[in-house]
Amino acid sequence: MEKLLIRGGHVLDPSRGIDAEMDLLIEKGRIAALGPPGTLLAEEILAAHGRCVVPGFVDMHTHLREPGFDYKETIRTGTAAAAAGGFTSVACMANTQPVNDNRTVTEYILEKARLEGSANVYPIGAVSKGLGGEELAEIGEMAEAGIVGISDDGQPVRDSHLMRRALEYASMFGLPVISHCEDKTICPGGVMNESFVSTELGLNPIPNACEEIMVARDILLAELTRGRLHIAHVSTAGSVHLIRDAKRRGVPVTCEVTPHHLFLTDEAVRSFDTTTKVNPPLRTAADGAALREGLRDGTIDAIATDHAPHEQAAKELDFSMAPFGLIGLETAFPLCLRLVKEGVLTLSQLIAKMTVEPARILSIPKGSLAVGSDADLAILDLEKRYVIDVRNFRSRSRNCPFDGWEVQGKAVCTLRAGEIVYEAENLRERSARTSWSYDNLPRKIVY
Amino acid sequence: METDGHFARKDLLGLEDLSSEEILTVLQAAKSFQEISRREVKKVPTLRGQTVINLFYEPSTRTRTSFELAAKRLSADVVNFTVSESSAVKGETLVDTARNIESMHSDIIVVRHPVSGAPHLLARIVKSAVINAGDGTHEHPSQGLLDLFTIQEHKGKLEGLKVLIVGDISHSRVARSNIYGMRTLGLQVTVCGPPTLIPVEMERMGVRVTYDFDDALTKTDVIMMLRIQMERQHGGLYPSLREYARLFGLNRDRLNRAKPDVLIMHPGPVNRGVEISPEIADCTRSLILEQVSNGVAVRMALLYLLSRGAYGKAAH
Ligand SMILES: [Zn+2]
Repeated sequence: MEKLLIRGGHVLDPSRGIDAEMDLLIEKGRIAALGPPGTLLAEEILAAHGRCVVPGFVDMHTHLREPGFDYKETIRTGTAAAAAGGFTSVACMANTQPVNDNRTVTEYILEKARLEGSANVYPIGAVSKGLGGEELAEIGEMAEAGIVGISDDGQPVRDSHLMRRALEYASMFGLPVISHCEDKTICPGGVMNESFVSTELGLNPIPNACEEIMVARDILLAELTRGRLHIAHVSTAGSVHLIRDAKRRGVPVTCEVTPHHLFLTDEAVRSFDTTTKVNPPLRTAADGAALREGLRDGTIDAIATDHAPHEQAAKELDFSMAPFGLIGLETAFPLCLRLVKEGVLTLSQLIAKMTVEPARILSIPKGSLAVGSDADLAILDLEKRYVIDVRNFRSRSRNCPFDGWEVQGKAVCTLRAGEIVYEAENLRERSARTSWSYDNLPRKIVY
Repeated sequence: METDGHFARKDLLGLEDLSSEEILTVLQAAKSFQEISRREVKKVPTLRGQTVINLFYEPSTRTRTSFELAAKRLSADVVNFTVSESSAVKGETLVDTARNIESMHSDIIVVRHPVSGAPHLLARIVKSAVINAGDGTHEHPSQGLLDLFTIQEHKGKLEGLKVLIVGDISHSRVARSNIYGMRTLGLQVTVCGPPTLIPVEMERMGVRVTYDFDDALTKTDVIMMLRIQMERQHGGLYPSLREYARLFGLNRDRLNRAKPDVLIMHPGPVNRGVEISPEIADCTRSLILEQVSNGVAVRMALLYLLSRGAYGKAAH
């Protein structure tokens, strides 16, 4: 496709402050022009009337599981799931087998993504060799190969000295240190949030302090080193307070929240459904309210999925033995659209937290429809109502607690570098092959 | 055997959602079965042709034996599966096991599992009736019911009685089931133990919480002592058995300050000299052995009531 016109959509690009009906012209995989409706021409057309055209979503926290766990997810299936959710870029965590703690693995992931990916893949390198928490991984080598951040996600960096050195060392390459905050010593065997629910169910509890102790430590270390700290999957009211205070003091800290921490509470665990077992655990409604306040006032910069696929057999184990994690790429947008309905965020703010904000944190040239940038975008139907059905997922795994939820809003078409990578509805339309413009014809209803 | 029939359930997973009618139905049925247990021929044909499977993921001779005896007195066929922790770890999921067992055409599965919620998972998958014989630190409904039965036998009533549950509340499924059942029937429950062994927001379960055993024991009709597990010492939950016994052990001195007709209960097995001193465990006010024999009657009642439910489903 040389030229492709996305016609008649409502273009929403928070990075450029665009929020208007516009046509968008794609040429050679890049955004070539944006103009008032009817002013741009191309032979290939996607009719986006009544739809919203946004930069492709950026998920800064995905587990693609490859190499090593291809029975859970692969780069092919994970990025297909991403595309189906409107994501065109994902940053994948390092807890693969082997661990992404050296440039060979980084290069492998990038090459595999180039060959098989339906979304751009940005690897996150490990902080420590083998995620062992003892020696720094070859961060410089990996930075050269293309990592966009470092994290031992899945494991906290227990050793405060190593965390300090990681923040210092990574700053040399402009990389954020993404911290999975958990003081495991405070919650031996913990599987769910500590609350009245854990008291009733008799499941080993994980108190909010488990996360907050580490958030506090890492903020102090970021303050000490001036290294860039990003707190992954913030789940508690206390963490939001700590980060808000730190930001006020000018500490270089950012953070993300997941849809599941926004839309589920620990009450969901009463089902003993292992898809509700996640780390950090589902918290209380009060934490959910604090997370919303954090989104509203900008304390929370980004929304990230922490998409963590697990095979069916693993999730059929009992609650204590089943692994932590749930998948989120294909449900993130419809869930988060509820934040707009709730009045927590405007649509533009929501899109920002799913596009330009995570891109800014990772310093990647994504999340924008600026002329000249790659034509990564999603066409959203904000009205579409449907029931989430895991059987239709592109992901290889099915561990999703939102199965059966009635939602509204969907990416109906996703483009990466101008190519359609996901299409729930056929929006294609050919312009008349005559010399006069299509726009002179009576307006055709296309949806 | 006639009961007034307030028990139409597929499974018994806990006392949390049982109504007072349902609990009283079980207790009433248990009373009839208690009489059978006292006969010379302790067997009735009630469950002839039915298969009861005891699926135990934790070694528990007493609970398993009690269910086995109950099933046999009702003339059911009984199969015992003891799944060692290691074979469970080897990857056969609970769901796999459940499917295998169901293929043996079981009618009732009695399951004991070290993890809270495991019987609930099982019950969702199998068609057989599932009885939770203790899941993790969640519930142990048959124990709760036999405790209620035993109290009623001695006090002639349940409503309004004051019960003090002492010990490791955090890790006690017996405490939770008792609390649910007792709250439903209108007993007043106080739990007592060191703060390290009482979980957060305990009061929301409708109980009083105290750390002062000496004060609490003077006002109660029933003292239920819980077993303290030695491993907890290493988790920093209490410093030593000696100190635990001094603060929360029931001894002669303490008993002298309790009401003269106070009942002493313990789900067993007792750590003599720790939570309860030897002379007390054997004294006349101690119902520990009676709890064991009532256990069989209550479990007969449960098997009977659930099998009837299963039969009803099959017939219509
Ligand atoms: Zn994590």
